[in-house]
Amino acid sequence: MVVHNDAMQAAGPYDRVRALQGFKLGDATFYWLTRVCAISVLLILGGIIVSLIAGAWPAMKQYGIAFLWTQRWAPAADPPVLGALGPIYGTLVTSFIAMLIAIPVGLGIAIFLTELCPPSLRRPIGMAIELLAGIPSIIYGMWGFFVLGPFLAYTFQPLMIALFDGVPVLGLIFAGPPSYLSLFNAGLILAIMVLPFITAISVDVFKTVPPVLKEAAYGVGCTTWEVVRKVVIPYTRVGVIGGIMLALGRALGETMAVTFIIGNSFRITGSVFSPGTTISAAIASEFAESDGLHQSGLILLGLVLFLLTFFVLAAARLMLLRLERKAGK
Amino acid sequence: MNFMKTIVAAGLVAASTSALAADITGAGATFPFPIYSKWADAYKKETGNGLNYQSIGSGGGIKQIEAKTVTFGATDMPLKVEQLDKAGLIQWPMVMGAIVPVVNLEGVKPGQLLFDGDTLANIYLGKIAKWNDPAIKKLNPNVNLPADAITVVRRSDGSGTTFNFTDYLSKVSAEWKSKVGSGTAVEWPVGVGAKGNEGVSGNVGQTRNSIGYVEYAYAKQNKLTYAGMINKAGKAVLPTAETFQAAAANADWAHAPGYYVILTDQPGEKSWPVTASTFILMHKEPVDKAASSEAIKFFKWAFAKGGKMAEELDYIPMPDSVVKLIEKTWSADIKS
Repeated sequence: MVVHNDAMQAAGPYDRVRALQGFKLGDATFYWLTRVCAISVLLILGGIIVSLIAGAWPAMKQYGIAFLWTQRWAPAADPPVLGALGPIYGTLVTSFIAMLIAIPVGLGIAIFLTELCPPSLRRPIGMAIELLAGIPSIIYGMWGFFVLGPFLAYTFQPLMIALFDGVPVLGLIFAGPPSYLSLFNAGLILAIMVLPFITAISVDVFKTVPPVLKEAAYGVGCTTWEVVRKVVIPYTRVGVIGGIMLALGRALGETMAVTFIIGNSFRITGSVFSPGTTISAAIASEFAESDGLHQSGLILLGLVLFLLTFFVLAAARLMLLRLERKAGK
Repeated sequence: MNFMKTIVAAGLVAASTSALAADITGAGATFPFPIYSKWADAYKKETGNGLNYQSIGSGGGIKQIEAKTVTFGATDMPLKVEQLDKAGLIQWPMVMGAIVPVVNLEGVKPGQLLFDGDTLANIYLGKIAKWNDPAIKKLNPNVNLPADAITVVRRSDGSGTTFNFTDYLSKVSAEWKSKVGSGTAVEWPVGVGAKGNEGVSGNVGQTRNSIGYVEYAYAKQNKLTYAGMINKAGKAVLPTAETFQAAAANADWAHAPGYYVILTDQPGEKSWPVTASTFILMHKEPVDKAASSEAIKFFKWAFAKGGKMAEELDYIPMPDSVVKLIEKTWSADIKS
């Protein structure tokens, strides 16, 4: 015992210093490793912005700020005339349609799953939603083209056109002829694609609502609708809006599925049943065979999408901040 | 995302061209890709020499040959003599094909419907919007045409097919010429855009009451309802090897500097009106002279033995007289 103790004391200080130095080195390495990882994100982001601006520079010089509200897109003209209004309009309209459908449906699914659903149904529905998120976008594009497109063009669109014929404003929005490839079809596909984002995140945040709050509300005689409206949603507003923003971000940038079914037309007609294009669809379908100013214009379109997404997300953050301040949190 | 893909694709093209330095390398038009790869297979079996052809589109082919990264470039749109001289290139036609209008109309069989140039131009201008328009009815008194709107399908990407199709429309319609003009990508007044000949075929095949234009091989392979046309001589013709050849025979290759011949709207009672040829581009003073002469050997072989294979794939081989001219051009212009 004594011998053992002596031996330990003899070896102790030396080993301890070495071990501590080893820990210190390990900590420092870990610190720098994670720091480099974190900084690399900034570098990559900065690199993307710089290369986008560099690539878009010739087009910026040529068209200036008018690029944003010029509708004509004529890469073959001499000199080429490029305007981003058509793609910007298409991007905003399809994303708007997608959100208009996906927000109520997504929230509805989330509320049903967390508040009303019998446990035996909860897992299958939850898993179906998650699977929906896992389907590659090209599959949505194909399905939209082969299945949804014909249905919309031959059944749904003629009905809407007939229904709103002659009605001011709405008559123009739902004007014919029906088309397989249109802004509305793309918006509908986008709605299905972003639905899982809204639902999954909403379900997660709805689960964080303390049961005691809900029970208290039910206790004073609230209906389920009132509990959801006055307790669950206000409590989880930040998370829900976060999920919606994530969905909007995806809708704005989605490329492959949209390129399949939007019709690739740069014209703005005002009707949601007419073919159009989005920024990402325009880039996808034209980039490979472009050169010179045309290519630069497409890169500028990419930059516009980048900024558009950035501003939408920034605006959402700002809105959230104001909401929180109003709520006195 | 697509930007990155393109960069990756470009990288792959560069990597594969350097890795297969022993093979003949070429890049360009997608339209002749099936026949070039068929020829390459047969050539490899016969001689042991391979051909590495990247079908990246006519525009890409022109860029790659100008950058000297490939031994030959391929394009569906011929370059003008000034462009060729500026880049130190020579150009010759390799094979011909035809572009046909395709429709999707219930009860209408291939070759049953008939168009003339003006009607086609007006459909693509949006002036004829319904299938039972008097102009279409007049041409097709015996066809039951619906009162539905026409869904116009056209290319969304830059394309040699579009170049030849719009060139034809410009020749037959003054309004088309002034309003839209011709080019690999034009400002389409109406219609939905689809990518590649495959895309247009798919869209027309799917969409009721639609019309599109594709290379004949695509119409045949996809069993689309192609239509007949009224040619310059005022005769109704169907898309067949015979009418394509009749149009091609009219071409005056001998007196065209740089073989700049566009085969649309050719005279002759049997000529198919929208015929096109695809071209090869090579440097007059190649960097790699050995590779260049290997490529010429391949093209010589393709002209001599590839005609039947081309016909099997619905292409039209160049006539012998033109091949003789082209061979003269090679020996005169390419330094080896």
